[in-house]
Amino acid sequence: MNAEHYVSPDTSAKRLRLLGLIRKEFLQIRRDLSSIAIAFLLPIVLLIIFGYGVSLDAKHVHVGLVAENPGPETADFFSGLQRSEYFQPVYFSGQRAAQKALDQRRISAIVRLRSDFSRQLLNGHSAPIDVIVDGVDANTARLVSGYLQGVWAGWLQRRLDERAGGSAQAVLMQQRIWFNPAVRSRDYLVPGLIAVIMTLTGALLTAMVVAREWDRGTLEALLATPVSVGEVLTGKLVPYYLLGMGGMALAIGMAIFLFEVPLRGSLWVLFVTGSLFLLAALGMGLLISIIAQNQFVAGQMAIITTYLPAFILSGFIFDIDSMPVAVQTFTYLIAARYFVAILQTVFLAGDVWEVIVPNALALALMALVFLALAARRMPRRLG
Amino acid sequence: MLGLLKKEFLALLRDKKSRFVLIGPPLIQLLVFGYAATFDLNRVPIAIYNEDSGSASRELIARFTGAKAFREVGRITRQSGIAEFINPKKALLVLHIGREFSRDLSKRKPASIQLIVDGRNSNTALIALNYAQTILAGFNRTWTEQQRLAIPPARLEIRAWFNPNLNSQWFIVPGIVGLLTLVVTMLVTALSVAREREQGTFDQLLVTPFTPLEILIGKALPGVLIGLVESSFIVLMAVYWFHVPFVGDVAALYLGIVLFVVATAGVGLMISSLATTQQQGLLGAFLFIVPSIILSGFATPIANMPETVQTLTLLIPLRYFLVIVRGVMLESIPLSLLSDQYWPMAVIGFATLGLAAWMFRRRLY
Repeated sequence: MNAEHYVSPDTSAKRLRLLGLIRKEFLQIRRDLSSIAIAFLLPIVLLIIFGYGVSLDAKHVHVGLVAENPGPETADFFSGLQRSEYFQPVYFSGQRAAQKALDQRRISAIVRLRSDFSRQLLNGHSAPIDVIVDGVDANTARLVSGYLQGVWAGWLQRRLDERAGGSAQAVLMQQRIWFNPAVRSRDYLVPGLIAVIMTLTGALLTAMVVAREWDRGTLEALLATPVSVGEVLTGKLVPYYLLGMGGMALAIGMAIFLFEVPLRGSLWVLFVTGSLFLLAALGMGLLISIIAQNQFVAGQMAIITTYLPAFILSGFIFDIDSMPVAVQTFTYLIAARYFVAILQTVFLAGDVWEVIVPNALALALMALVFLALAARRMPRRLG
Repeated sequence: MLGLLKKEFLALLRDKKSRFVLIGPPLIQLLVFGYAATFDLNRVPIAIYNEDSGSASRELIARFTGAKAFREVGRITRQSGIAEFINPKKALLVLHIGREFSRDLSKRKPASIQLIVDGRNSNTALIALNYAQTILAGFNRTWTEQQRLAIPPARLEIRAWFNPNLNSQWFIVPGIVGLLTLVVTMLVTALSVAREREQGTFDQLLVTPFTPLEILIGKALPGVLIGLVESSFIVLMAVYWFHVPFVGDVAALYLGIVLFVVATAGVGLMISSLATTQQQGLLGAFLFIVPSIILSGFATPIANMPETVQTLTLLIPLRYFLVIVRGVMLESIPLSLLSDQYWPMAVIGFATLGLAAWMFRRRLY
């Protein structure tokens, strides 16, 4: 039965037991260094790859330019594309050659000025400019169309300025991008990444620990001792919590000092919410470990339930509001979702309590549920 | 040999939970991710701050609130209201129309509107601005026609090839074929040798008359077969459930799937044979899967990455497979044009499987 139900004459014995369990876990961590690698190497490698590798800012898009009847007017239009940092122009003599290049993915768009472009322009007709974008990557296609529209509008305005003046557009749009005016995508990706990486670290650290004891038969030995379930779980949790927080501190340090993401909120908010998130992630790992009952299945479950959901459903890269409502309900089950919102806000906007408090409460609730479930499902004796 | 294969399949599928993990979650994830992973904006919360009283501003606002991409969440009456909507994430963007809007328009002076966007996710912010720009361009065009203003001397006619409506599901769902196939194949292979090594049964296997090549085949084949079955199923779902077009050659796709699954199984077995415990195998699997997906071009174009990172992507089988699966499904790229995608996967497969077999023998001594 559970040792906690007895009034222990000596509370120090309890403390000693717990300390012993924690020490045992630390010894095991030292023996197989992969735990330390999970806590520290994984964040470093992933942050560097993500931080330097991922960029959503399309720059130097290769665009094919076709002027069927080259002249000063076509050169004038193309000069706008030439100057834009978004484009890398490639000239083609005819539409067919350009289309072949598009098929072979050497260019992402074609801008074609027909042979009567200059004539129509001078006659006051609205000359069509044919644009073909490669639509396979719809997001990039949309960005490229937007950039082209900008070049076109700039060209119209230049022409007007050269003559009478006035405005080419009836209404102009001014844009203010708050919190990230330079639109550095790294500034929002890196904080979000911390949540994704810590999901992995948290679950990986604990997913194997109980399952390992099943595999090796040491759980039987442990159950035969007077330790309680609470003590076993605490003994498992404390060492990995410390490791995980170390990894998180490293990741936040890298975000601030290596990637130079501004931290506008306070560090202690990150620490408190980070702790809650880590407890939820560790709790999920423990639960996986207990349900799986062997390392092989635990490993499989950890792979399938952590990375992809945290990557796709957390709002880290794909906007949650735009998902269908049924899919949005799924995202509430993903702890990373709450932490991503907190991280992006604390880093870029500051301590906005309307965002931090509800998300932190959700994290606390998730941690509680996972740990309670783990405690309930933890076998008290071998059945 | 058949006995060996049977044993490997049994080891994999005997456990009810293991069976479930290989079938249940990938299916659920396909359905959820297929809808979730999109850069198209839908019903994004927008707040309106209109200081103008003219009809032109009302017409412009109607264009914004009527668009599928936006959903109005509130009206703002003073400057400080903007922060009250943006900061707590109640609105992603605020459309601000100043007092002079209608007056400027009627005087044929350029009127301006202001869009304030939450840049905490700067990609979403840019996409939202792009949508807004399109809506505004439509407004301008109608206004110019109605007021008989001078028409612009040239106009853009943009067409998107291969995906005329720019539906990003067509791009993402074929990508998910690659993602889930990668994950499932890794699940089957990355822990298999490590498990036997930890349990000590691998040494027993090595002293049987099986050659390392036979053991390798025995270990690789379940992963390859399960990967093939799951990817076929996901392709069918992509076509029949998500209605992604399939215009290309099935043979070209299958050559790609086979090579991709073999290369992935090779990487998985290599990780597995390098690991001495299952925990190390798991760590190795993650160290491979996570960068694979990020750097494969699944969500962010490889062309946007720095040169050195682009070189790194050459080691990732998923990178080649995504070109094949998207090319075949959406563009009907012929087999001959895809050879540059096939051979690197074959090389990766051979190299990793060879290394795994070599590791099998070394570890015993």
